Amino acid sequence: MLKDSLQSNVSACVSLQWRRMKPLISLNMELITLPALHRMAVCGGTHGNEMSGVFLVPELERQRKEKGDAIWPIPLTTVLSNPQAIKECKRYVDKDLNRCFTSAILSSPITDSTPYEVRRAQELNTLLGPKQTNDAIDMICDLHNTTANMGLSIICYSHTNWICLHIFKYLQAKITTVPVRLVLLNIPIGDAYSLESVSKYGISLEVGPQPQGVVRADIFNAMKEGVNAVLDWVKNFNSGEVIEGGDVEAFMFKKTVDYPRDPETKTPIAAVHPQLQDRDFCLLKRGDPMFLTFSGETVRYEEEEPLHPVFINEAAYYEKGIAFHLAQKQPWTIPSIQAKKV
Amino acid sequence: MLPALSRVAVCGGTHGNELSGVYLVHERLKRRKKSQVMEPVAVVTVMSNPRAVQRCVRYTETDLNRCFTHAMLSLSASEQTSYELVRSQELNSLLGPKGSAEAMDLICDLHNTTANMGLCLITYSDSDWICLHICKYLQARAQHPRTDVRYIHYDIPRSEAYSLDSVGKHGFAMEIGPQPHGLIRANIFMAMQEAVQLLLDWVRLFNSGAQFEGGSVDVYTLVKNIDYPRDPHTHTIIAAVHPDLQDRDFCLLHPGDPMFLSFSGETLRYKGKEPLYPFFINESAYYEKAVALSLARRRKVEIPAIRSSRM
Repeated sequence: MLKDSLQSNVSACVSLQWRRMKPLISLNMELITLPALHRMAVCGGTHGNEMSGVFLVPELERQRKEKGDAIWPIPLTTVLSNPQAIKECKRYVDKDLNRCFTSAILSSPITDSTPYEVRRAQELNTLLGPKQTNDAIDMICDLHNTTANMGLSIICYSHTNWICLHIFKYLQAKITTVPVRLVLLNIPIGDAYSLESVSKYGISLEVGPQPQGVVRADIFNAMKEGVNAVLDWVKNFNSGEVIEGGDVEAFMFKKTVDYPRDPETKTPIAAVHPQLQDRDFCLLKRGDPMFLTFSGETVRYEEEEPLHPVFINEAAYYEKGIAFHLAQKQPWTIPSIQAKKV
Repeated sequence: MLPALSRVAVCGGTHGNELSGVYLVHERLKRRKKSQVMEPVAVVTVMSNPRAVQRCVRYTETDLNRCFTHAMLSLSASEQTSYELVRSQELNSLLGPKGSAEAMDLICDLHNTTANMGLCLITYSDSDWICLHICKYLQARAQHPRTDVRYIHYDIPRSEAYSLDSVGKHGFAMEIGPQPHGLIRANIFMAMQEAVQLLLDWVRLFNSGAQFEGGSVDVYTLVKNIDYPRDPHTHTIIAAVHPDLQDRDFCLLHPGDPMFLSFSGETLRYKGKEPLYPFFINESAYYEKAVALSLARRRKVEIPAIRSSRM
């Protein structure tokens, strides 16, 4: 019954039930033992114009050359995911690489007309996977930037991915230079389309705001701090110490909102309203301004349910018909975990 | 006394991913279609690079805004090896020919930058009283939202001037930032919309014979560009603009001030001898042009009172 209520569409009524059940669950939450992490990868340039990762990956390699592999708690593979897109400083060449990691696309036959990114996804799946097998790398940390004002956001697929939720809890406590938040996509792993889903415990680190094609020192440093904190956490976890559980707050994607568009030409006829611009993770309530048309009219949020906008005005999402995502804030209690000594 | 400005052009989408101008041109063309409004000034509204706009890229083959030197405008058909080289000659026929009596009186070319530059009028002359008076007028009135307005001068002779605005008898790029390329921010759009409206108001007033009092305008003249520190072998960038300099366009940079922060954490400092004013700090389109920032000298230029000579 608990599992059903976790997986069903969360409504106000269900989340109230969940809160009532919480004390019961805390008592029943045992210490969960998980295998230690043996291998991990840090990937940058999955989108070739998201520059923090494009420059952080070579910097990690420079550190390896200078100080040796022992600087990291476990063997670390660094990857520039989409070399052709990086060379051209574009998000992608033929197709968004970070939508090519569904089981279906990874197993599709390669022909002469196969897009560059589909081939590359299959190469990366061979290198870091295969996805959903025992040979898959334990963790992929995939580095992204956004034009949205999202601070450091950790994106992962499942609320039962305890490793990822613990990493978020650790980063949120340790990093004070930027706000740290958790974004959950509730998609079954086979349908999960992004690179980190190839690994057993994958996370995306999304840092913004930064224009595409630009590297800002402050954003680069936030990303570096995030990666270093993830590596610290892995070291702590692998040492066998008990990592205490507790409460975390996640933003679960519910739906997307597109720009108002001209019915004939389909071009946007409004921009995100100045009162919403840059206010990612705030609460959007009925009647709040959402868009300002180019002729000066305000378009307001009409839904009953207050939700949290995320990825507000991400440049890459214009072509995907997304002005912003709307998410529900959800508390989760995560169990204590401990690495199993092998 | 100066001739009236009877023909004015407003151009957007010269770079297809600088969206304020793209949408402003869309809106102007839409409104003209709908209501057949007769504006007091004959304004030609142009989408400069439609193919780049459609793909939401800066350019498809060649940067259009580098294709307007006399040499490039005189290339034969077989020498026009890119879409943009063909398009620049089309625009020169429409709005020029550059250097001739038939050219537009004034071209305002709309641009965005990722740099924190507010609103800048960028032009090739520091003694074009029309452009300087327009700047002074905007500085006093750009309030919704409140916008800093500055005048940037590139000291290049007209024949070598490479940008679209150099086709007109008078012209400037109207550059507004910061805005990432490929997206539109409402406040930036409104600032550009207001500035274009103020520009057309000024032209109407000027043409009606109003006198504009003299005064002075601060002019920033480009001295040099500074590239990113690069790896000597691979030539890839090894540092980002320093956090103390990032977003501080037009704040005086002194010798010894931090300029770059390497990815490994070292600070690199400004080694020049002269304090200068930085601008275009961290413009994404300039990475491929090897420009991390530009440096300018600032001086006050005295401008005379002007009035149009009645026809």
